[in-house]
Amino acid sequence: MLSNFQLLFDFPVLNIELLLNGLMIGGIFALAAYGLALVWGVMNVKNLAQGDFVIMGGYIAFVVYKELGINPLWALPVAGIVMFGFGWLLYGLVIRWVIGRDLFTSLLATFGMAIVIQQLLNLIFGPDVQTADSGLGTQLFLDSVPVQEIRVLSLAIAGILALMVILFMKNSRMGQAIRATAQDPRAAKIMGIDTDRVYAFTYSLNAAICGVAGVLISMIWVIQPFYGIGHSIRSFVIVVAAGLGNLPGVIISALGLGALEQYGGFGFGTEFQQAIVVGLLILVLIVRQIMQARHRQVVQ
Amino acid sequence: MAAMIEVRNVSKAFGGVQANRSISLDVAKGKITGLIGPNGSGKTTLFNSIVGYHPIDEGSIKFEGKEISKLRVPQIARLGMLRTFQQTRIYGKMNCIKNMLISVPHRSMGLIEIFGDHSAQELEKAEHLLEFVGLYAKRKLQAGDLSFGQQKLLEFAMALMNQPQILLLDEPTAGINPTLINGLIDRLKRANTEFGITLFVIEHNMRVIMNLAENIYCLAHSELLAEGSPETIQKDKRVIDAYLGAH
Amino acid sequence: MSTSRRTLGLYGGIAIASLVAPFVFDSYISQLTVLWVMVLFAITWDAMGGQMGYNSLGNIFFFGAGMYISAVVQIGLHYDVAEYTAAYGAIKVDFTPAQYHVGLVLGTIVAALGSVALAVALSWVVFGLRGPYFAIGTLGVALAAGELVGAWEYVGAGSGISLPVFPGEPEVGERFFYFAFFIAAVLSFFFFRWLYGTRFGLAINAIRDDEEKAEAMGIRTMRYKTITWSLSAFFLGICGSLFGNYNIFIEPLEVAFATVVFGIPMVVMALLGGKGTLWGPVIGAVLYHVIKEATWKYFLGWQWVALGLLIVVTVVFFQQGIMGWAQDKWPELFGIEVEEDSAEGDREAA
Ligand SMILES: Nc1ncnc2c1ncn2[C@@H]1O[C@H](COP(=O)(O)OP(=O)(O)OP(=O)(O)O)[C@@H](O)[C@H]1O
Ligand SMILES: [Mg+2]
Repeated sequence: MLSNFQLLFDFPVLNIELLLNGLMIGGIFALAAYGLALVWGVMNVKNLAQGDFVIMGGYIAFVVYKELGINPLWALPVAGIVMFGFGWLLYGLVIRWVIGRDLFTSLLATFGMAIVIQQLLNLIFGPDVQTADSGLGTQLFLDSVPVQEIRVLSLAIAGILALMVILFMKNSRMGQAIRATAQDPRAAKIMGIDTDRVYAFTYSLNAAICGVAGVLISMIWVIQPFYGIGHSIRSFVIVVAAGLGNLPGVIISALGLGALEQYGGFGFGTEFQQAIVVGLLILVLIVRQIMQARHRQVVQ
Repeated sequence: MAAMIEVRNVSKAFGGVQANRSISLDVAKGKITGLIGPNGSGKTTLFNSIVGYHPIDEGSIKFEGKEISKLRVPQIARLGMLRTFQQTRIYGKMNCIKNMLISVPHRSMGLIEIFGDHSAQELEKAEHLLEFVGLYAKRKLQAGDLSFGQQKLLEFAMALMNQPQILLLDEPTAGINPTLINGLIDRLKRANTEFGITLFVIEHNMRVIMNLAENIYCLAHSELLAEGSPETIQKDKRVIDAYLGAH
Repeated sequence: MSTSRRTLGLYGGIAIASLVAPFVFDSYISQLTVLWVMVLFAITWDAMGGQMGYNSLGNIFFFGAGMYISAVVQIGLHYDVAEYTAAYGAIKVDFTPAQYHVGLVLGTIVAALGSVALAVALSWVVFGLRGPYFAIGTLGVALAAGELVGAWEYVGAGSGISLPVFPGEPEVGERFFYFAFFIAAVLSFFFFRWLYGTRFGLAINAIRDDEEKAEAMGIRTMRYKTITWSLSAFFLGICGSLFGNYNIFIEPLEVAFATVVFGIPMVVMALLGGKGTLWGPVIGAVLYHVIKEATWKYFLGWQWVALGLLIVVTVVFFQQGIMGWAQDKWPELFGIEVEEDSAEGDREAA
């Protein structure tokens, strides 16, 4: 186990590879985490089905690739649209009744949804690990570090999508309505904003973002019906570490998480990768608590 | 005259808002002390600083000579300093008797005792105090079903149940039916004389505070404006200005 | 009939039914056995979530911890644990009945105490977290435990540990475990029933209703929270130890720290029956278990989808649960008074 860390000293190039891979995967984590922060901040719903939306997006890419036989990159718009509709459906069926209730309700309700999604995926696709091949090659970076082109492309796509969402939130009418509702739902309602529609849109937008992230994940990594929980926890780690409404924080934490996971997985062995993610969750919660314990008051 | 609470140069800011600026005051042992001031002048903030609700930026707070400005709410409460809330807080899903029983003093309770049952004396005391505040007939009702004024009375009774040395009351008469206010003033005075509890009272109702307190402090714009007996405060020009829209 | 005689009749009826059930319905004995496990789960969860308002999603941690602690003790009494697990079942345990029972009892005791120790240690971490952070944090603890144990070679990592088989006829073994779980569940029921009647019960209810007020009144909230969490852990540790032996084989993700199979249903059962009530968790556990077994029988393959839907529906649309609903409808039956016996109270005292 320790010898793996030794390798990192002996072959410094490995560090660059791990770091690059980590940052590129972290960029995708940032997407899902941003979606979670959006739903959490605007609707005060803690969506534990976040990772399962990601995995659903991944399976959409897998279907496009396997069944239609075309490049899974085409699944990007498909996943966005399908997941947007799926989010709208879930909002009407479940989430709408959860808004305004205590926070535990949203956690548990979305966990229930997560179970349903996992099990349906399992029934349809079986428990095998899958991946969608984008057909892109590998380049050598600095003549020695192999970099898969799809990873670079994914990071770029993630960046573009994030930019689109941010511009949308800043400039569009719906984006402004979302921000107004996040600030003060009662005031927004009085000013004639249809908050129910805003919530539905926010939730669906989140599902769409997750779906796109899932397509990218399926191309650079692997998907499996039960991998959703891992992605949900990553999103929580990132958002708790960054704090709500802190976009730069979300990006930095996401990249950091990606890199840490790569290092941890390499150093301790991949069987510890999930444990590392969950361990980090506990760690960020504790750190958050210590920061608050300096106050006399225990803050919510 | 011994001071039970000594506040010295206490300042507290929330972000950019300076809520208390270098406040110094004494609460005399065994007496009733008043705290008045326009809305937003920092009265509740000062209470919160004293009972350990939030850290203070600077200054010192002593309770019976002991520095408490670093202690937290439950520790201070166990020293015998209790507060009631401006936004009344009771345990809404329990009936009044249970609200009272849970309020027995916890300072001396050992590990074995917490698994014990409530004693007959405690029950008797709870009922007696409910009677004292006029809630005996409602003792079996869910506390959450009481009216706002009744909840305030219940909160007061719960505080008495806890046998504090000093009680900080945040606007005890707000929301109480005017016809009942005289009764409440009387009870506050009796809590002071009969149970020997020192009182420190925030109050907007001038008639009440003039009737009740022996010494009054007035805050305005986050600072201590005046101090004195009800008569001097009533005549103080600065206090009158502060209340009449110099705000 | 007086209330106490009615209660006595109720308890007597349940006791008799529970005693004869494994003999009368002996083809259902495994379902009946697990029923008591579920009842214990719901009762111990409710102490935290229902009575104290701390909604843990990670109580399953103590079940798994107890299971592993007990297994290590039982094997460790006679073998080298690392060698045993490394052999992946190639080493067959060979215990005399006396060795088996001594190991089981000893393992269960250590499991219960070990779980309590873990609860005390963890309380420093989790009770700084409030509201949703507490739920997420405890969920994290359970998931992390599953992952870490799954990577820990000493206890067999992902391939788990085989435990000794009950010495004697299989039917005897089945009944043995049925009654073991029955006793554990009944003990936990009466223990918590007693607890809720003491000062302690009132204090944790106060924490649930308004923790800040409780602190302002000088209640040592941390102490109450740690003790409640430890008591849950105690019974869950016992239950985990027994379950490992009942199942003969233990493994981290599907058996010990099984969040989806047991961890979340704990919560759902308590909600379904009515959290914060004495009988709610018991009723919820029975109902959930019956529904679960029925879906297993009739929706095979779709059972988890059905149960996931049940979770969503319960949480979103029926959170007050059966007892909560009954309490709203007939408050007098639960000793809650809504009408005022006299409106003169204030006037005369004022
Ligand atoms: N937690 C807080 N965060 C930010 N600002 C606060 C907080 N608490 C109080 N303030 C501000 O501090 C100032 C003093 O408030 P405080 O509640 O102490 O006034 P008060 O004298 O009790 O008024 P009132 O008579 O209306 O109760 C106000 O400007 C208020 O907005
Ligand atoms: Mg105030």
